[in-house]
Amino acid sequence: MHYLIGNLGHLSVITAFVSALLSSFAYWKATTLAEIEKKTSWLENGRFAFYVHVTSVLAVVACLFVIIYSHYFEYHYAYSHSSLHLPAQYMLSCFWEGQEGSFLLWMFWHAVIGIVLIKTQKTWEAPTMVVFTLVQAFLGSMILGVVIPVIDLKLGSSPFILLRDAMDDPIFKIQPDFIPKDGNGLNALLQNYWMVIHPPTLFLGFALTLPPFAFCIAGLWQKRYVEWVKPALPWSLLGGGILGLGILMGGIWAYETLNFGGYWNWDPVENAVYVPWLILIASIHTMITYKNSGTALKSSIILVIAVFVLLLYSTFLARSGILGDASVHSFTDLGLSGQLLIYLLFFMLVAIALAIVRWKEIPSSEKEVSTYSREFWIFLGAVTLCLMGFQVLLPTSIPVYNKIISMFGGTSNLAPPADQVGFYSKFQLWFGVAVAFISGTGQFFWWKKIDKEKLKAELLTPILITLLIFALIIAVAKVYNIPYLILTLAGVYLIVSNLKVLFALVKLNPKLSGGAVAHIGIGMMLIGVMFSAGYSRVVSLNQNGMLILKDAPTEFNRDNLLLFINEPRSMAGYDIEYRGERLEPRHKSGYINKNDVELTFDPFKVIATKDIVFQTKQLYKAKDTIEIYPENTFYEIELRKEGKLAATLFPRVQINPAMGGFIASPDIRRKMTSDLYTHVSLPMSREEEPEWGKPDEVKVRANEEFFINSKYSAALEEVTRIEEIEGIKIEGEDVAVQATIKVQGEHEAYYAKPIFLIKGKTQVGRLPDEINDLGIRITLLNIVPETNEFLLGINARQKDWVVVKALEKPYINILWLGTFVLMIGFGMAMVRRFKDYSANQD
Amino acid sequence: MLSRKLIILMKKSHMLAIGVIAVAIVIIISTAGDASTYVNFDQAYRLASNGSSTQVHVVGELPKDAAGNIQGLENSEDKLSFSFTLIDDNNKEQKVYYNEPMPPDFTKSEKVVVIGLYESDRFIAKKILLKCPSKYNEQKLNATI
Repeated sequence: MHYLIGNLGHLSVITAFVSALLSSFAYWKATTLAEIEKKTSWLENGRFAFYVHVTSVLAVVACLFVIIYSHYFEYHYAYSHSSLHLPAQYMLSCFWEGQEGSFLLWMFWHAVIGIVLIKTQKTWEAPTMVVFTLVQAFLGSMILGVVIPVIDLKLGSSPFILLRDAMDDPIFKIQPDFIPKDGNGLNALLQNYWMVIHPPTLFLGFALTLPPFAFCIAGLWQKRYVEWVKPALPWSLLGGGILGLGILMGGIWAYETLNFGGYWNWDPVENAVYVPWLILIASIHTMITYKNSGTALKSSIILVIAVFVLLLYSTFLARSGILGDASVHSFTDLGLSGQLLIYLLFFMLVAIALAIVRWKEIPSSEKEVSTYSREFWIFLGAVTLCLMGFQVLLPTSIPVYNKIISMFGGTSNLAPPADQVGFYSKFQLWFGVAVAFISGTGQFFWWKKIDKEKLKAELLTPILITLLIFALIIAVAKVYNIPYLILTLAGVYLIVSNLKVLFALVKLNPKLSGGAVAHIGIGMMLIGVMFSAGYSRVVSLNQNGMLILKDAPTEFNRDNLLLFINEPRSMAGYDIEYRGERLEPRHKSGYINKNDVELTFDPFKVIATKDIVFQTKQLYKAKDTIEIYPENTFYEIELRKEGKLAATLFPRVQINPAMGGFIASPDIRRKMTSDLYTHVSLPMSREEEPEWGKPDEVKVRANEEFFINSKYSAALEEVTRIEEIEGIKIEGEDVAVQATIKVQGEHEAYYAKPIFLIKGKTQVGRLPDEINDLGIRITLLNIVPETNEFLLGINARQKDWVVVKALEKPYINILWLGTFVLMIGFGMAMVRRFKDYSANQD
Repeated sequence: MLSRKLIILMKKSHMLAIGVIAVAIVIIISTAGDASTYVNFDQAYRLASNGSSTQVHVVGELPKDAAGNIQGLENSEDKLSFSFTLIDDNNKEQKVYYNEPMPPDFTKSEKVVVIGLYESDRFIAKKILLKCPSKYNEQKLNATI
């Protein structure tokens, strides 16, 4: 038992919590006291306490990581999220698979950003750090794991809880020091590189919404209603970029790992982060408007507060268990819902109260905004983004309404829409169109002074170019669906109008072009989404009219392709051929043919029976022991075009008998214009003994050609006497001979080595040998010395097979490319605003 | 003419506000219209026999024996679809059919939510949401002891 590390960790959590509170108090004093001397000393106290806090957070992270990395399965966290065989890079995923770890990750980023604020801010440090440290105290309380004695209230769930305290297994009564030999392991779907980088990115995005909120609150509190916008804006831009990237990474993970064939499912948990992101983007726009023209300050305040509150709300939705009946993301309920609710309500109510108290003092511009001004269009865009978020938020919150109604004694049986994707898409599509048209048009007002006549002149060329490109796209891609047509038109318009601005800016001042670049990215994403989601089509159509499975649903028989090993079929202009089951070695990249290894007692190890070559590279020598992942099987599938190999795909299947099913992950053939997305929809079961057909007997001489199944040319190459069989020596009068039969398969020659054994002169034993890929088994039945002939028995079974489904996702690369462009745009805008701010800071 | 004058008199911000409210109302109405409901099996059956083809949510428990094995679970031979028994809040037992492979973790779940509808006398689930036991309810160690 390793008690020290857990106690150290727990102590650090408590220190982190207490130091955050102390720091908060000190910064509060530093903000409110008038005397300079006292102010400074409190400021130093606050800073010191914050550094203690940061150190403790790092210590908590380190302790938890040591527990996971050293496989201390006496701890619940290590036991339930990790296992001995988990590769090192996924230890990181274990860290944030649990709720406690993800709270910790969030705190970690806040701590980092807090240090940046302390180092860079002068007058803002004290009030913003009050907000920061309070948030940290709330987050710290989530992982405290302390019971307050008198009222018997449990605060937080500690990641350092011992297994025996978390579980009630009888073994702990008999043997309190019991430590399981292995952990439960990480959910196989999370063993993916995206799951290593998606959570940290997402939580960094979460954390980056705190600085704007803190500046806004500090501004309201300190009556610096105007000044807070400047330092807050670059953080919002950074947050908008990172949070967007984090959300998309989740989508890419789903696309590559889950086999629903898409990247976004409109699940409540996904929606819960999408909404704050939309509002964050809206807030960036109103803040820019304010900086340029002095309008929209009040909207900026409302939106910046809303972003942070919505983020807390999304945390509440995702982690309190309230979505339990509504979401496929099953979150383990840690019993923190009360604490999460207080966290949400505290910041919501304080921020709203502060805003109401100060509302009248906030300067606002009374002048009417002209329709022909940039501000008007930006504001219209921000409003559209808010409505877009509202449309998602409203149904996502249905479980919350039910809860509230039942709290007041009522009953409500409202459930979220059953067809989430259809429901949300039909609205979000039109909002996307509106956003594109508004922001495309808004760009023409870049140089403020413009009137109706001038606008017409400005618009003419871009509209013509838009229509031209639009016509081209329709002609090439054959889009006929009206909503999709309009979305495409909107996307093209957005790109063209921003390109126009971009060209003008590049000559003038390239630093200012971040916005235009970001908008081009959005336009590309809209078009990419439209194509890849709207025109995704099944290409693995079963055209030979034969049912794959009698009792399977019609769709299954229509949309799937049954592939027998080494028998090509045609699909979507390719010849598709299944080449067999493969294993993935742990320490080298490549795949191993299952026929080339033999199993050992350790399921994680196999031994090579011959030199293993993968795509002309030798991976292993014969007799090498290879570490593998036993639960993963890959199905090698070749795609050929006009006889030439176009791609080799390795879709994966994870078979987990304990979980009662199989999990298929796709492999994706990426081309410029489309992705071919292939996954196994039914693997062949290896559990049951195959049904062998009646034996076929052939009498052959050495080196005489014969045919098996009347299609495989075969020859008996030699018959030799052997001294041992599978390590057992043959002694005395016993005689064993082994025949080597070469069978020419579709792609390669196989060797079968059946054995014929004579025991004590009278007893005969026959050990048949199987050629898996050909589905045949050869037995050496008899030897006729008089004629030098050998009698072979050949059984056949159904050849190995796999059922696959393939989808074509046209132009999905436009979506990824658009994301990339969007991120560049965010980056450019952020750099500009940070420089702008630091240049002007007094 | 009057209406035109009225529009001119109105400030642009007011028009925008009216537009926002209008869109918001549309969103609210459509959400209410497209929302599904949580019902029990009897209600679901009544809905379907009245000709409704909208999918509903039914929350239920999986019956388990003393050893914790789920009762009434039947995997089809090809493991492509499966059926199971679900007991709703009214203690009504109902066989549920699902035309997809069994979701991972299904056997670990206690409560599940099925989204689907009755087709004749069978409840066909189009989607299954699993509710896994919470951290402090999971009281058994796995087999690797």
